[in-house]
Amino acid sequence: MSEGRRAERRLGWLLCAPAALVMVLVTAWPIIYSVWLSLQRFDLKFPDEREFIWFENYVTVLTNGYWWSAFGVTVLITLVSVAIELVLGMALALVMHRTIVGRGLVRTSALIPYGIVTVVAAFSWRYAWTPDTGYLANLFGDGAPLTEQASALGVIVLAEVWKTTPFMALLLMAGLALVPNDLLKAAAIDGAGGWQRFTKVIVPVMKPAILVALLFRTLDAFRVFDNIYVLTSGAQDTSSVSMLAQTNLIKGLNLGIGSTMSVLIFISVAIIAFIFIKLFGTSAPGSDNEGRR
Amino acid sequence: MNGPATRSRSGRARGRRAAVAATALLVAPLAGCAAGADDGITINLYYAPEQNFQTVVDNCNEEADGRYRIAYNILPRGADDQRTQMARRLAAEDTSMDILGLDITWTQEFAGAGWTLEWTGEHRAEAEEGTLEGPLESARYEDRLYAAPKNTNVQLLWYRTDLVDSPPETWGEMIEMSRQLRDAGETYQVNATGAQYEGLVVIYNSIVASAGGSILSEDGTRALFDDGAVRGLEVLRDFASAGVTDPSFTNAMEDEARLAFQSGNGAFQLNWPYVYPAMQSEAPELAENVSWARYPGVEPGVPSKVSIGGYNLGVSRYTEHPDEAFEAALCLRNAENQKYSAINDGVPPTIESVYDEPEMEDAYPMKDVILEELQDAANRPLTPAYQNVSTVLAATLSPPGRIDPEATAEELRQSVQDALESKGVLP
Repeated sequence: MSEGRRAERRLGWLLCAPAALVMVLVTAWPIIYSVWLSLQRFDLKFPDEREFIWFENYVTVLTNGYWWSAFGVTVLITLVSVAIELVLGMALALVMHRTIVGRGLVRTSALIPYGIVTVVAAFSWRYAWTPDTGYLANLFGDGAPLTEQASALGVIVLAEVWKTTPFMALLLMAGLALVPNDLLKAAAIDGAGGWQRFTKVIVPVMKPAILVALLFRTLDAFRVFDNIYVLTSGAQDTSSVSMLAQTNLIKGLNLGIGSTMSVLIFISVAIIAFIFIKLFGTSAPGSDNEGRR
Repeated sequence: MNGPATRSRSGRARGRRAAVAATALLVAPLAGCAAGADDGITINLYYAPEQNFQTVVDNCNEEADGRYRIAYNILPRGADDQRTQMARRLAAEDTSMDILGLDITWTQEFAGAGWTLEWTGEHRAEAEEGTLEGPLESARYEDRLYAAPKNTNVQLLWYRTDLVDSPPETWGEMIEMSRQLRDAGETYQVNATGAQYEGLVVIYNSIVASAGGSILSEDGTRALFDDGAVRGLEVLRDFASAGVTDPSFTNAMEDEARLAFQSGNGAFQLNWPYVYPAMQSEAPELAENVSWARYPGVEPGVPSKVSIGGYNLGVSRYTEHPDEAFEAALCLRNAENQKYSAINDGVPPTIESVYDEPEMEDAYPMKDVILEELQDAANRPLTPAYQNVSTVLAATLSPPGRIDPEATAEELRQSVQDALESKGVLP
């Protein structure tokens, strides 16, 4: 490394330091405190019974049926909604990228769902799917979709997809901008059709952007809370892990068990991020060598 | 060297003066808001929505004669939302709450958490005077009083006089009558609250108490489920699987049960007294053929013991005006105001003498049976962990037709014990 580059790197670190320091102060303390709480029997209902119990709370939570049911529901919602969002988001990104006429209008209207507060949107979904008040409830025969587990999960996934597809599309559009037009032209001259150009040229060049979009959305989807809170409040086994943690902390006043769940969610999210970065080689767009020009 | 230092000092002083002035400016209007009375003591009451309760509050403000002013802050409609709002703020030691409206099943929890002040001396004597024992018991924790019972509530057996000559006295008898009606091709169903929620726990608790059993040990620290509790599981299973319930019994809450009976589908209904005025206004012809009786018991010849509901008034540990808060709480639940609430808001009084008032005749035609049940009432398990205990009970008892008494009791002993030891996970 040359002298100049080293100096530049040092300056870079210095410029980053304040932000990094603030992040550590703001996020590290709550995380450490949660871990500390999760190692205790700490129940606001029995303040005199507070004691240090090592990993007993973890045993309690990890051997509990409600936790695993919520974990399964969360994984299901995450996988299904992110998969649908990827396909729809890609389609939307291509449309927005190629639009010649009214580009601004198309982009703005596509972003509207993302701009609406989740809870507000969730309420309108809830009323739409409730018999008597809703225009969607009787779409699939009689009955109340939000009172059955399978259909309720479907409604939750739909609300999630509707809400966050634009975000996915936005990230993917940034990736599309990375694809040089010359490459596409060259491929066309070599006789590649539209589908081939997409799979053989666009997707490989866009891979970093796609992975980042997937990572962001997976982490977000795994922490799904507000849609479920409004749509079903977790009834009929539709609780996500975040719902369960909130219920046990706020409704159950059980800081030990609730913090244990929070720590487990944190670990799960860390594992997801690790898998994406180490196994799929996710990195920020433009930070790897192919992206650099 | 001297210049800048002096300048900065005087600058600091100026800054401080400005800050004080700004603070004063900001606080002044707030002080104006809070000053309801001349000396400005406001007692903040947090209570569930009750249509005519503001009148009671106004009465007490008149009585206080300017020594303090009660402000009625209306809590959300949902019981869970009421509880969590108060719990969150008390956990943060919020000093702006003085009197708390507590559902009788939260009273031990708030006392256990140290969020409510103990009632002692004069205040305690006044709260206990003439108050029914059942509601009073619900306000005690570890033999101390932590709240004053405001109103109570208890379920009755409602039945169709055109189908049934005399009301059944036990569950077994009721099932038998219902079957006979069914075989005769008559309306036969029993409408009750069988969904997986508090209503199912209320039924089970009444059956257990009537059978002389206990869910928890005397001190509320151990899950007992004695013979009476196992007998209760049997009775509940027999009732749910006898083919005498509504097909949607396992999804029915209070209102579903009420509407099913009101539309003429039931011969019997187990529900709170509010169903009667509703029936009179919505199905007057049916109401003429409906009467009420004491809730069914378990053993023939042994009167039932029925789970009570209702609200207690507690005083927050973090109040800045405890004396005024106790005084105000006592006023809000005194006999005169309880009578007003009973007549106008349909909440049965906790002070026994109110039932003898002549105005109660019209509002509560069924008051004799209500009082009879209240004088020999049952409380749901009294423990700070009631939320968890109730959740576990509702989940395990549902659906009641699939109960296997011995095995279910064993399962409950384990899971309710976990709940009492903070090892319970809420779904």
